[in-house]
Amino acid sequence: MQERVKGPQFDIVGTRPVRPDGADKVTGRAKYGADHRVAGQLVGKVLRSPYAHARIRSIDVSAAAKLPGVKAIITSADFQEQPSEFVPAGEMLVNYRDVLRNVMAREKVLFEGHPVAAVAATSESIARAALKLIKVDYEVLPHVIDVVEAMKPDAPVVDETIITAGVTPPPTKPSNVAKRVEFVLGDIEKGFKEADLVIEREFNTQPVHQGYIEPHACIATVSEDGTAELWTTTQGHWVARAHCARLLGWDITKLRVTSSEIGGGFGGKTVVYLEPVALALSAKTHRPVKMVMSREEVFKASGPTSGANVWVKMGVKKDGTITAGEAVLKYQAGCFQGSPVQPGCMCAFAPYDLANVKVVGFDVLSNRPKVAAYRAPGGPISEYAVESVVDEIAEKLGMCPIELRLKNAAKEGTKAAYGPKFGPIGMVECLEAAKSSPHWNGPLGKNQGRGIAAGFWFNIGGETTVNLQLNEDGTVTLMAGTPDIGGLRASLAMMAAEELKIPYEKVRPIIGDTATLGYNFVTGGSRSTFSSGLATVEAARSIIKQACGRAAKLWEIPEDAVTWEDGEIRPAGDNAGKFKAMKLADIAKVAGKTGGALVGVGAISAQGAAPSFGVHIADTEVDPDTGKLTVTRYTVIQDAGIAIHPSYVEGQFQGGAAQGIGWALNEEYIYDDKGRLQNAGFLDYRIPVASDLPMIETIIVEVPNPRHPYGVRGIGETAIVPPMAAVNASARRATGVRMFELPLSPPKVLKAMKGGKSA
Amino acid sequence: MRYESPDTLEAAAKMLAAESGDARVLAGGTDLLVQIRSEILSPALVVDIKKIAETRTVSEEKGGFRIGAAVAGAELKEHAKLKKAWPGLVEAANLIGSTQVQGRCSLGGNLCNGSPAADSVPALIAAGAVASIVGPNGRRELKVEDVMLAPRKLALTKGEIIASFFLPARPAHASDAYLRFIPRTEMDIAVVGCAVSLVLDASGTCTAARVGLGAVAARPLLVEDAGKALVGTKVDEAALEKAAAAARAACKPIDDKRGTIEFRTDVAGVLTKRTALIALERARKA
Ligand SMILES: Cc1cc2nc3c(=O)[nH]c(=O)nc-3n(C[C@H](O)[C@H](O)[C@H](O)COP(=O)(O)OP(=O)(O)OC[C@H]3O[C@@H](n4cnc5c(N)ncnc54)[C@H](O)[C@@H]3O)c2cc1C
Repeated sequence: MQERVKGPQFDIVGTRPVRPDGADKVTGRAKYGADHRVAGQLVGKVLRSPYAHARIRSIDVSAAAKLPGVKAIITSADFQEQPSEFVPAGEMLVNYRDVLRNVMAREKVLFEGHPVAAVAATSESIARAALKLIKVDYEVLPHVIDVVEAMKPDAPVVDETIITAGVTPPPTKPSNVAKRVEFVLGDIEKGFKEADLVIEREFNTQPVHQGYIEPHACIATVSEDGTAELWTTTQGHWVARAHCARLLGWDITKLRVTSSEIGGGFGGKTVVYLEPVALALSAKTHRPVKMVMSREEVFKASGPTSGANVWVKMGVKKDGTITAGEAVLKYQAGCFQGSPVQPGCMCAFAPYDLANVKVVGFDVLSNRPKVAAYRAPGGPISEYAVESVVDEIAEKLGMCPIELRLKNAAKEGTKAAYGPKFGPIGMVECLEAAKSSPHWNGPLGKNQGRGIAAGFWFNIGGETTVNLQLNEDGTVTLMAGTPDIGGLRASLAMMAAEELKIPYEKVRPIIGDTATLGYNFVTGGSRSTFSSGLATVEAARSIIKQACGRAAKLWEIPEDAVTWEDGEIRPAGDNAGKFKAMKLADIAKVAGKTGGALVGVGAISAQGAAPSFGVHIADTEVDPDTGKLTVTRYTVIQDAGIAIHPSYVEGQFQGGAAQGIGWALNEEYIYDDKGRLQNAGFLDYRIPVASDLPMIETIIVEVPNPRHPYGVRGIGETAIVPPMAAVNASARRATGVRMFELPLSPPKVLKAMKGGKSA
Repeated sequence: MRYESPDTLEAAAKMLAAESGDARVLAGGTDLLVQIRSEILSPALVVDIKKIAETRTVSEEKGGFRIGAAVAGAELKEHAKLKKAWPGLVEAANLIGSTQVQGRCSLGGNLCNGSPAADSVPALIAAGAVASIVGPNGRRELKVEDVMLAPRKLALTKGEIIASFFLPARPAHASDAYLRFIPRTEMDIAVVGCAVSLVLDASGTCTAARVGLGAVAARPLLVEDAGKALVGTKVDEAALEKAAAAARAACKPIDDKRGTIEFRTDVAGVLTKRTALIALERARKA
C-alpha cells in the first residue's frame, strides 16, 4: 500500500474493497471478446494488403466462393459509399468516408495490412484457404512512411483529395498535409527578447502501439428480420453501434451491442475494425460470424499513436522565469487524416503559466495504419519535447529542475495557452510532494542518473447514463454503460454505497448493453469514474427522493415533512419522532404496495471535468559498454482530485508509467524499404516485461475537483505523459549525453555515448 | 498432416526418409508448432522423437556426458552433476523462453531450428560438443559448430535426426559460462550471445579455451582466435582485450530489427570479456 497525501473524509470512498469483477477475472470465468461462442457460428477472416500503397485494379473472389464451406465473401462493393464530411460521433469528429475505407479498402490500399476482402466459412482452415484463392490485381504505387519525408513536395500522395486546411490562401495541389493548426498567446518575439537564455531543439518520436493484451474480437449475428446483435470488446458500445449502423445503412435500434470484458484498450478500442465486417458477413448468411484478430493483425492494422517530429524553442531569464515557448509539431496521422496533433499543441506548454506561447501543428498522412487514440492522445509527444527542453534549461541555469518548474507552474487562475483559465489544480502540490519525496532525496548508485518531468491532461465528461434498481431485499443493482477497464465497477459501487449509506457489498455493478440503458459515450478521456460517478450519484439521490415519497405516503404526511439523515428516512419538523424511521431496505419491502419498483436514472451530459497534473521521478542506470538503460527506481506523483479507490488509482499511475517507460526505452515500428512492418509481434515490439521494471512507487495528491460530489478529476491518462521526458532526463545524467530521439534503445545510446554528443 | 511417434531412431529415420513431402522432427515443439500455426511451415509428416529413449536421457559416458537431443531445458537444470560440470551450457539452455517453454524446449530443437541466435548453440560449441546423428544409412558424428550452415540450413540430410550430444570429460579447474545481450531482461532473442569454456592448470594459467558466438553471423561461430588469445595467459586484461578483438574480427552480422552491425560487433567484444571472466571465476573454484 502506497503513500497518500490526504486522508478521505468519507465512509466508503477512499477505502480499498475487493473489486466486484475480480474473482471472475482471476479464475478465468470472465468473458473477453474471443470467449463468446454461439451455436452455428462461422469463422470470419480478413484478406489484407501485402503492399504499403497500391491501386486495386480488380478483385476476383470466384474461386474462393466455390470452396466448400465458404458461406460469404465481402469486399468494398458490399458497403455503400459515404460522403466526405466530419460529423460528431460522441465528442469526436468522424469522417465516415475514411472510417469506411479503414474497414475495407476501396480504390487503393494505403498500408500493409489494409483489409481488401473478408470471408465467412465453417472453419478457420477453410476461411484461410479461401483467402488464398481470392485474386487481387494491384498496381503498386510509391509509398511514404516517414513524417518529414511525407511533407516534402515530391512525396507520394496518400489521399489525392487532401488539400491542406488551415492555411491561406489554400493550396492548389493535394498533399499529405491534411491540416495546419495554431495556438497563440501573447507575443513570442517580445518573450524571446526578454530572455537571457534561449534553447532550441528538434526531437523525433516513434509511433507506439497501445499494446492491449486482448486482440480485437467480436461475434455478430443478423436475423432474417434485419435485427442484429453484436458482442465485441470495445471501449464504447454505443459509439460502435453508431459506426456500424451508419456504415451498414441500418436504423440504430436494429442493432444491439454488448461489450465483453475488455483486456485493455488504452484508446485503441474506440475504433471499429472487425465489427462492420462481421455484421456484413452475417447479414449475407444469417449465421453468427465470429472474428478474432491475430497479434500480427493487431500490430499491422490497428492503433498505434503517432510518431512525430517536434521542434521546441524556449526563452528564460536568469532567475528561471520562462519568457516564451514556441513549438512546431508534425504528427503522423497514418493513412487518413486525424492525428492527435491538436491536443498535442494544446498540452505542449500546459503545465506552465506562460505569457507568450506559439504552437503550430501539422496533421500528416503516410502509408501506415490510421492512428487511434492512445492514452492522452498527442500529449506525451509534445510534452516529452517541451519537458526535455525545460530539463536542459534547468541544467544550463544550474537550477534545481523542481524549483524551475515551481517558478513557472500553472495554478488556479492561470490562463492556459489553449484558451481556458484553470480552476483549482494540483501542479504545485505535485511538485512539492516530489520535492519532499523519499525518492527525490534518496541516494544514486554508480552509472545512475535521476530525472524528473511533469505532465498534463485535460480529461472530459460527456454523455452518460446510469440506472440504479432498489431490489426487494434492499440491495441495489447498478447498471452503467461505460466499459470497465480499470476498476470502474468498484468505484461506482463505492459512490452508490456512500450515497445510499448501505454496505459496498450490497451494490452489484454491471455494464449494460445498448438496448438496456440510455446513451453512453466511450470509456476514454479519463471520463468514466468522473461521468458515470456523477450519473450514479444522481440516480442514487433519485432513489432516496422516491423512498422519502413512499414513506410520506405510508405515514400519510406531506413529502416535505420527511428527511433523509444518516441513512434513514425520518419524519421531520412537527412529525419528528411520530413514526419509526425507515431504511431503504424497509421501503424496498413495500415497494409493490406503495407504487412499484424504485428505479433511479442518471442520464446526463457530464460537465465540469478537471485536468490532472502529474510529476514523475525516474532513476536509470546505464551499462556503459552496451548502452543498455535500466530503470532502477520510479515514482509517480499525480493529482487525482479524490481517489475513490486508491488501489485502482495507483494501478492507473503504474500502468501509465510502465507504458511510458516502454515508449521511452524500446518500443518502435520498424519498416523495411517496401513499407512492410518488420516487428509485428511482442517478441520484437518490445513492451516492458515485469522483470524490466522496478516496483513503481506512487504518491496520490488530492486537490478535489469542486465540480464533482466526490472531487473526482479523472486520472487514467496523465500518467503516460511524463515518463519519456523523465527517463530522458535521467539518461542524460546517467550517460553524460543528452539525446533527442526515442526510443533510447541500446544501439542508439551506445552510439551517442561514444560520440560524446552532448548539449 | 500425419503425426507419428516411433520408439526407435531407426524407425523414425525411415519414416522421415520415406515421406515425399516436407517431413519434420518434433521435439519440444516450441519452434515447430509456432511455425506450423503461423503457416510458415506446413509439413506432411511430423515425427515425434520423445518416445525414443536416447533422445530423452542424460547419462555419464567416458567421464563426460551424453545428453539426449530432446531433453527439456528444465530437466537439464535439475541434473546436479551436469550443472556442476557445465554450468554455462545449462544456464544457456535455461535462458530459452519462459518457465512454460522450459518444460519443452530442447538442445536438439534449438540447434536444428537453424537460428543464428539460438542461445544454447554457442555454449555447445564452446563445450566442444559432438552431435550423434542417426539417419536411414546409420549413425555418424559431427561437431556442433559444423551442424548449422546458414539460417534454416543444416548439414543434415533427408531423414537424419540428432539423437544426442556428447560432452567430453572435464579436467580439474575447468568451467564455462554464457551471456547474451537482449534489450529487455527476458522473453527476447539474443542480439549477441557468447559462451566461453576454459581449462586452467594448477597455477591458474589457461591451458585450453573455446569461445562460441551467436547472432553475429549467418550461423553460430567457433572463434578459434579468441580461444588462442587466452591460452597460455592468466586471463588478464591484456589477454581479454585480445580475445575481445578476435571476437569482433570474427563477426559478420547484419543490420536488422534487433541491432546494427556496429552495435553487434562492439557488444560481441564486451560479452567475450565478461563471459570469460565468469568462466575464469568458476574454473578457479572447480
Ligand atoms: C515464447 C518463446 C520464447 C523463446 N525464447 C527463446 C530464447 O530465449 N532463446 C532461444 O534460443 N530460443 C527461444 N525460443 C525458441 C525455441 O524455444 C528454442 O529454439 C527451443 O530450443 C526449440 O526446441 P524444441 O525442442 O521446442 O524444438 P522443436 O520446435 O520441436 O523443433 C525445432 C526444429 O528443429 C527440428 N528438430 C528438433 N529436434 C530435432 C532433432 N533431434 N534432430 C533433427 N531435427 C530436430 C524440428 O524439426 C524443427 O524444425 C523461444 C520460443 C518461444 C515460443
